[in-house]
Amino acid sequence: MKNRFLKAIFVIALIFAFFASCKPKNSSNAVSGDAASKVYVAPGKYDEFYNFVSGGFSGQMSVYGLPSGRMLKVIPVFSVDPESGWGFSEETKPMLNTSHGFIPWDDAHHPEMSQTNGEVDGRWVFINGNNTPRIARLDLKRFKTAEIIELPNSAGNHSSPFITENTEYVVAGTRFGVPGDYEDGDVPINTYKENYKAHISFVKVGKEGEMDIAFQLRLPAVNFDLSHAGKGKSHGWFFFSCYNSEQANTLLEVNASQKDKDFIMAVNWKKAEEYIKDGKGKKEKAKYAHNYWDEKTHSAVSEMKEDVLVLDAMELKDICYMIPCPKSPHGCDVDPSGEYIAGSGKLAALIPVFSYTKMLAAIDKKTYEGDYNGIPVLKYDAVLHGEVQKPGLGPLHTEFDGKGNAYTTMFVSSEIVKWDIKTLKVLDRVPTYYSVGHLMIPGGDSKKPFGKYMVAYNKITKDRYLPTGPELTQSAQLYDITGDKMQLLLDFPTIGEPHYAQAAPADLIRNNGQVKFYKIEENQHPYVTKGEKESKVVRNGNQVHVYMTSTRSHFAPDNIEGIRVGDEVYFHITNLEQDWDVPHGFSVKGAKTAELLIMPGETSTLKWIPEKVGTSVFYCTDFCSALHQEMQGYVRVSPKGSATPLTYSVGTNMPAVK
Amino acid sequence: MNRLFLLAILFVFIISCGKSKTERGENFTGSSSVEESSEIDASSYDPKRGEGKHTNVELGATLDQSMATKGEEVAGVKCTSCHKMTDERLVGPGWKGVTERRTPEWIMNFITNPDPMIDKDPELQAQLELCLVRMPNQSLSDTEAREIVEYMRKNDGVK
Repeated sequence: MKNRFLKAIFVIALIFAFFASCKPKNSSNAVSGDAASKVYVAPGKYDEFYNFVSGGFSGQMSVYGLPSGRMLKVIPVFSVDPESGWGFSEETKPMLNTSHGFIPWDDAHHPEMSQTNGEVDGRWVFINGNNTPRIARLDLKRFKTAEIIELPNSAGNHSSPFITENTEYVVAGTRFGVPGDYEDGDVPINTYKENYKAHISFVKVGKEGEMDIAFQLRLPAVNFDLSHAGKGKSHGWFFFSCYNSEQANTLLEVNASQKDKDFIMAVNWKKAEEYIKDGKGKKEKAKYAHNYWDEKTHSAVSEMKEDVLVLDAMELKDICYMIPCPKSPHGCDVDPSGEYIAGSGKLAALIPVFSYTKMLAAIDKKTYEGDYNGIPVLKYDAVLHGEVQKPGLGPLHTEFDGKGNAYTTMFVSSEIVKWDIKTLKVLDRVPTYYSVGHLMIPGGDSKKPFGKYMVAYNKITKDRYLPTGPELTQSAQLYDITGDKMQLLLDFPTIGEPHYAQAAPADLIRNNGQVKFYKIEENQHPYVTKGEKESKVVRNGNQVHVYMTSTRSHFAPDNIEGIRVGDEVYFHITNLEQDWDVPHGFSVKGAKTAELLIMPGETSTLKWIPEKVGTSVFYCTDFCSALHQEMQGYVRVSPKGSATPLTYSVGTNMPAVK
Repeated sequence: MNRLFLLAILFVFIISCGKSKTERGENFTGSSSVEESSEIDASSYDPKRGEGKHTNVELGATLDQSMATKGEEVAGVKCTSCHKMTDERLVGPGWKGVTERRTPEWIMNFITNPDPMIDKDPELQAQLELCLVRMPNQSLSDTEAREIVEYMRKNDGVK
């Protein structure tokens, strides 16, 4: 009897031990569970999504595969890239031209993919240059920056480059209020309220992606922060968050945080189009660069524009409306239905969600609480759908999963909070490591999100990776959001500082007609060399043009004599290969620029001014074949005024040796 | 008896814990695309014709002069960086006599479809040991390939 009782106790204890031992003990156990198998992409297999991540202060855009977190490419955009010759080759220099001249760097924050009917379409990615206001368009057939347009009357191009649902427009709002470029900006800073303004640009996007500023809206000098277009029912409207409605010009940290509410500004851009049609716009003097890549000549063209059409939104009363939004709103995100607009007051302890339908009704009934520098201010309660209570601290950005849920990052409390758009109930919360800024769900700001993964882009990494001195990589964290609970799967490092990001199903992009090489027949570069027999060296005063070819594994010509110190030597290299993944590199000893990486069928030019008498050399930098190490050549540099004749050759010695 | 009972329970405990772990290993990335490299099967390779879409190339009794001229132009852009017209090897072998050594089908298949042929053709593999550079695919159209054959014939003395 006693024995049986003991036995029963023993069995119960064992069962208990079994359950206890299998249960995850802490958060690190929870991560290790099945996370590895969810992010493992076997060798030779492809990722499910392309992830385009802003390079922040690197000025570039990086491309990752999800769910593996493997980096596939860094696309040079606003910053020079000696590795590819971007900004160093004669062909790419004009891409970085601005009204201030050539600028080798910028701060890139927000990638935004082109859309058709509100769904990502895999054609282009736009990204903003913050410091010297610009928008770039990247071509996803070539993974290359195809166009950059500068924005006049702007400073700190932050609320950009968000797009309308058919990529009709890409927008750009100024972060800094500044005097317009068309006025005298040489005014005392403390005359801010009287002399400063803010401009928002609507940049028209053409069929081939070409960008042109259609119009700008002149607005009170607040700080525009982020934006998103209406979609579906709210197509035709654009929403911009703004702070510093105090219009402070010093110690903004304190002085721009005085009011309980700033604004989300709703822009009726269809109305603005009507005003433009009616001739209400005014052409203002401006100077801004428009740079685009010509695929036929493999060269960039830079043109300077002289004016811009401006609509005064403070005078034309029915273009813009201010929606009061608590405490310096940052994120301004529209749900997939187009009905709900989530404003994230970064200093507020709640998330207000506005209703598009209610906004229209309030505008219709003129339910105003006043005006702000001539722009009607709607009543908060009349537009409010509701508030998410106690979501966390420091709400910044919201994305959507297409299943009725919203996900908001909390910078101060380092977490992502999942909430129900309709009921505004908090459903789940998960920690991020640490201080999350933006987040991204593939298609998460479009009409059709792919609610499988979510990535958090964190501002602080601290102890997450092996230490690398004072400067640490920043990190992205991948979560599985298919279940009720968000599950952390993976950490991976990023370049620069990641701000916003976008992602699309891999098949959408890899089947979009990817370019594998440039057809040599279609190469219309003015200095193309179509075949070795056309290779030559031509002197024109102190300019020397070298028409050179590269193929596995030699250059033609590879012996050049008669170059003089101080000559401007242009090496125009045509890569004659016609196959995928066979670039050649080109570098010259002493060149104060960079190398070239020339894609198959492409022509690129490196300028070199020799400064020393002697023999210089050049070679291929990109391992191209078993005889890559043989791919080299020589340049004889003679003194200024030397009588050494200009000769060039490949395969034979020149001048002829007896 | 008691010991057996204890062992049995321990066994159940181990099994059940192990099982719950293996159940988690679902293939989450199953939908990601796969492109397996195809196995090389040289058994059906025809060394006279090569491999590719060209099965029957009609050659004229005499040279088609205009076709040969076009072939020379194309070769100037895409071929002669590596091939001389003589029998001297540059990067690849010289073209002298190639139309006598090879069928026109083999030539056209090779220059339009080089990679699979280099993998299978015993003579090309021997050639690769000499040249050490795989002949690149230069994306020739069928017409261009035919024109190059005509140019090669001209180089070999066909009138």
